Amino acid sequence: MATTQIIIEAGRTEGQYWRDLWRYRELFLFFAWRDLLVRYKQTAVGISWSLIRPLLTMAVLTVVFGKLGKMPAGGVPYPLLVFCGMLPWLFFSTALTEAGSSLVSNANMVSKVYFPRLAITASSVITSLVDFLISCAFLVALMIWFRYAPPIQVLFVPFFVALVFAASLGVSLWVAALMVKYRDFRFIVPFVVQFGLYISPVGFQSSVVPERFRLLYAMNPMVGIIDGFRWSILGSPRIYVPSLAIAIADVVILLASGIWYFRMTERTFADII
Amino acid sequence: MNSEIAISIENLGKRYDVDRLKTQDEGLRHLIENALRAPLAVFRKKMHSKRKRDFWALRGVSLQVKRGEVVGIIGRNGAGKSTMLKLLSRITTPSEGRIQINGRVASLLEVGTGFHQELTGRENIFLNGAILGMSRAEIIRKFDEIVEFSEVGDFLDTPVKRYSSGMYVRLAFAVAAHLDPEILIVDEVLAVGDAAFQRKCLGKMSSFAQSGRTVLFVSHNLEAVRTLCERAVWMQDGNVREDGPVDEVVENFFNAISSSSQFSSQNEQYGFEVKRVALKNAGGNEAAQFSPGDDMIVEIDYVANSPLEQPYVILAINGVNGSCFTANMLLDGNRPSSLDGTGKLACRFKALPIFPQSYSVKMSIRTKNGNDRVLDYTDVAFFNVVGDLADYGFRGEFVSRASSSTPVVVPYEWHLPDGTVAHVSLTPNVEASKRPEAVSI
Repeated sequence: MATTQIIIEAGRTEGQYWRDLWRYRELFLFFAWRDLLVRYKQTAVGISWSLIRPLLTMAVLTVVFGKLGKMPAGGVPYPLLVFCGMLPWLFFSTALTEAGSSLVSNANMVSKVYFPRLAITASSVITSLVDFLISCAFLVALMIWFRYAPPIQVLFVPFFVALVFAASLGVSLWVAALMVKYRDFRFIVPFVVQFGLYISPVGFQSSVVPERFRLLYAMNPMVGIIDGFRWSILGSPRIYVPSLAIAIADVVILLASGIWYFRMTERTFADII
Repeated sequence: MNSEIAISIENLGKRYDVDRLKTQDEGLRHLIENALRAPLAVFRKKMHSKRKRDFWALRGVSLQVKRGEVVGIIGRNGAGKSTMLKLLSRITTPSEGRIQINGRVASLLEVGTGFHQELTGRENIFLNGAILGMSRAEIIRKFDEIVEFSEVGDFLDTPVKRYSSGMYVRLAFAVAAHLDPEILIVDEVLAVGDAAFQRKCLGKMSSFAQSGRTVLFVSHNLEAVRTLCERAVWMQDGNVREDGPVDEVVENFFNAISSSSQFSSQNEQYGFEVKRVALKNAGGNEAAQFSPGDDMIVEIDYVANSPLEQPYVILAINGVNGSCFTANMLLDGNRPSSLDGTGKLACRFKALPIFPQSYSVKMSIRTKNGNDRVLDYTDVAFFNVVGDLADYGFRGEFVSRASSSTPVVVPYEWHLPDGTVAHVSLTPNVEASKRPEAVSI
């Protein structure tokens, strides 16, 4: 019989961290499954909520930026332009909201059972991904409605999905770990989400930003990601390479540092949560 | 390494920062404020934290558990038992020392952790199983066994929020009981659930032990420890006070606590503190020894910083074989309208009809919804009943066995074939009890 041997020593991170992640791999999906199952229980319209929300947001943004603000659309139906920008943004913002508070809202589990805590936060992001995919299906319907054929670069969509997933995970890991210690993030996150909607090119194209501020604007990783989405689905605004490069660099840094910080603080979660 | 050793603990210690535990105001504002005042101090603080007051929940603990051993861990609240289990189950990390564990560990620190109220029994079996470390295939394989053990078959597709608390506990324990680890770590999970189910759980654990696996068992139920374990570890103030054969250790522990019953407990969430629990005799004097038939008063001194509206207080007298009788406001409904400020609450148990044995008083306090625990079931006091049973008319040859018998004796009378009636009672105020004599009808 192959026996596992565990050595726990003060001040030393466990050697079998990654092996444990692998052993508990199913748990990631179980938590996501739980969140999805629970989410729409005792709601009247159920799963339709994941369509109603983006739809209404799209309507509002179209009116505000397209009709009232008269922003340029570059030959694309404005609702489509908005919806393409909203998909990654909503994914990011729900992930941040849900996953950010995931550890705190599962505090009881964290203090009573051992499992890689990464599973809680990552699975919240996976749950948001499912919502995202539902909205994607709706985007297809919307494109058929507007008779808008996607360009060849639609093949890049999976890459951008991976990018926004990594960005959401990276930020969520930071926020979730920080929130264990500083509940202040409960107030910071809604603020960031609300603010972010306007400073990211969701309701408009980033090409409206004056050229000399373009690079500065691109520091927000969502700029490159949203632009990339629009480019690969609508083909309309040409991609601004520096902003994409910055976005990729941002995401890599966010994810790597997020995992690092999460892992470093994970051991004390049970003590301070 | 010796493969006969399942768990090896060397010089284990766990430190908590008292200031943080108390004030909990280590918010961002503090951090930023401090950073502004002394930019370097924030980093310096990390390096040497002399300023903080430390509390060692556990210190210098060394212990070795052999494969197949069943070890009971006993001690009063705050002795470090739970901290040790948390360290062993890797929920938290030690501040010093080393633990080596050989074998797959499953730990059960609380029944039903991770159960989701909205999900059905079936869904929760999968979820809880996964959290405890089972794979999906494993859960599917054991699914029927789990359902059978839990006895909730008919309600499998009902959300667990509609379960009775008994069903809830049964299902939760059933999932955990079917983990198949080499080392099982169990904290006071049997405090919940009815007596029949407790027996079933103990049975499961003992069959588990008999199949050569290692069990670490923390309990306040000393009798459960005595039946289940062969070895006991008595912890006190974060240290191992005694380690040895279960009977010796349990007895020494019991004697030590019954001579100094000084229970107190504080619940910060509700701002409620049980200052002290005292046992008094009919004369109003504090006592730890009673005679059969005596009255016993359990007196609770409390401080309620915020009023506790319509709480339920539950007292239970436990003997070596488990619960004997209770005074339960959940059942009798005589709850106070409010506990506020400093005060006393007492319960007088009249004419204790129990044999000379050792007993404990367990107490639980719940909020007005009857579920949320201000104080979870805990031993709050201990007492001995002493006396010569001959004085009560017990003249059987085997009367000494009364020390391990079912402790409660309600007054009864034998009607013998020759027409004699023999009255038996432990309560002195029943006329015939002192000298049961043959009375013809």
